[in-house]
Amino acid sequence: MFFIVLPFLLLVFVFSYLPLLGWVTAFYDYKPALGLGGSEFVGWMWFEILVSSETQLKQIGQVMANTLAMSFLGIATSLLPVFFAMLLNEVRAKWFRNAVQTLTTLPNFISWVLVYMIAFSLFSTSGLVNTTLHDWGLITVPMKFLDTDQHVWLTMLAWSLWKGLGWGAIMYLAAIAGIDQSLYESARIDGANRFQLMRYITFPMLMPTYVVLLVLSIANILNNGMEQYYVFQNAFNREHIQVLDLYVYNVGLTGNSLSLATVLSMLKSLVSLALLLAANAIAKRARGSSII
Amino acid sequence: MTATDTGPRLRHARGDIPFALINYAGFLLFALVCGYPFYYLIINSVSANDISALGDVRLWPVGLHLSNYEQILGLPGLTGSMLVSIARTVIGTGTTVLASAFLGFMFTQERLKNRSLWYRFIIFTMYFNAGLIPVYITIHTLGLTNNFWVYILPAIVQPFNIILVKTYVESLPQSLQEAAEIDGAGIVTIFFRIILPNMTPILATVAIFSAVAQWNSFQDTLLYVTDQKLYPLQYTLYTYLNQANSLAQAAQNAQGDLGSIASAATSQTPTSIRMTVAVIVVLPIIFVYPLFQRYFVKGIMLGAVKG
Repeated sequence: MFFIVLPFLLLVFVFSYLPLLGWVTAFYDYKPALGLGGSEFVGWMWFEILVSSETQLKQIGQVMANTLAMSFLGIATSLLPVFFAMLLNEVRAKWFRNAVQTLTTLPNFISWVLVYMIAFSLFSTSGLVNTTLHDWGLITVPMKFLDTDQHVWLTMLAWSLWKGLGWGAIMYLAAIAGIDQSLYESARIDGANRFQLMRYITFPMLMPTYVVLLVLSIANILNNGMEQYYVFQNAFNREHIQVLDLYVYNVGLTGNSLSLATVLSMLKSLVSLALLLAANAIAKRARGSSII
Repeated sequence: MTATDTGPRLRHARGDIPFALINYAGFLLFALVCGYPFYYLIINSVSANDISALGDVRLWPVGLHLSNYEQILGLPGLTGSMLVSIARTVIGTGTTVLASAFLGFMFTQERLKNRSLWYRFIIFTMYFNAGLIPVYITIHTLGLTNNFWVYILPAIVQPFNIILVKTYVESLPQSLQEAAEIDGAGIVTIFFRIILPNMTPILATVAIFSAVAQWNSFQDTLLYVTDQKLYPLQYTLYTYLNQANSLAQAAQNAQGDLGSIASAATSQTPTSIRMTVAVIVVLPIIFVYPLFQRYFVKGIMLGAVKG
């Protein structure tokens, strides 16, 4: 029995557990061409470099600020899909509801490269927005929406919402469909109006789902992913767009130090794991069941 | 209750009508914001290239023509990229569907020793990974960089899919399998003959999720592949974004070589190249998505039940 699942367990081992061995490169001056055997053992050198120089510290500080800012902006807007679902549920015309759902979830299924492509065609200096504003005589010089260091965090948040809001609402719409209708009926007989039904029945019934997702997003506070930030990054916005995941990539694969990037990777994984375990413990205490 | 008030459902609060109006208008606006960019790409890819380059195509196509699509297919590397994208989508989806089905089923079998241990061994990887660079070093050491299988092998076992399938198999009636066991069927026979045919709805969900993920994947190419022959469409689109100017020149030259005089309306501009390739990349999603929407919804609901 065990032997027929073994190949799959091996795949998991190779791609998810074996890389843990790669953590030792944090203690070497790793050069891929030389392999680990040919690379020099340097002990804690990379860790010291990380905290010793003023510029390095400042850079890491900025990266952490970006990472936390993006995560907290995401958490601060995490109720939007709940409201989206509650309001869409109030729309009586079924065809309209379906059309809205299809159109607003579509962006979730395209890649970040395409999102950037869309951003470029709409907001570049020769894009739709600039040419339209120019034709209407509102501006004479094209506005720089993409090649700028202004409002980077908010722009990134806006694109995340554009891509994810409709899809994020789907789960809540499903949850609303599962609410016991007799709750609404008895509330209506008691004279509750539409807003009271939303406020006192729908919203509280969505909270358990919301809290689980919220706890998970707190555990994922360091994991913004890098694709979005990678495609939107340019020479102008680099300082404020570099989140931890992107920074690790930039240091390790476009910069020159795989070892330094490994140190960052490793610290990030450990902190993330600790956050997840903490979040799980809190969830366990609060609602009696774990989230992982 | 008055005579006009025929039941609780029809009770209207003051402010209901303005609320409904604002609500509809709000959703209409957001739906437009989400949908219009796709429409914008499409109308620009079929409009006269000199006009679209000025950003003057906004509401409907101007100077309709389809020659962009013919010319774009002649761009260096594009047909190859299409094949890579199709190959990784088909092979990647096929393998992960089979693996998820099989593992999801096996983890419901009490005969599998230590099954909860192995199940957790897999699920844990959903929450924890060694990090970008250690994974890169491992893949590099295994010789999987610049190798087509780097798109397939790491993606075969997907914890989330296994959870979905396992939950689904647990909801199937036990008697199905028991009857087959009495007839002396082995575990592999039971899986292929009894369980697999009964799993179609959940496998459709898994298939569509993984097909979209494979089609959209960009990061694995960025990290592990430098060989242009292995670039999928997403990555090629990204490189086109950065080199659209020189490509437009190349396309114009190619036209000149053929001896035809390229008119301003059909000769390639950076804008036309970007838009047309983007449409080629996004069209499969636009066509497939509405057809399979219910499977996506079902998938995310099942996932939510599990939390």
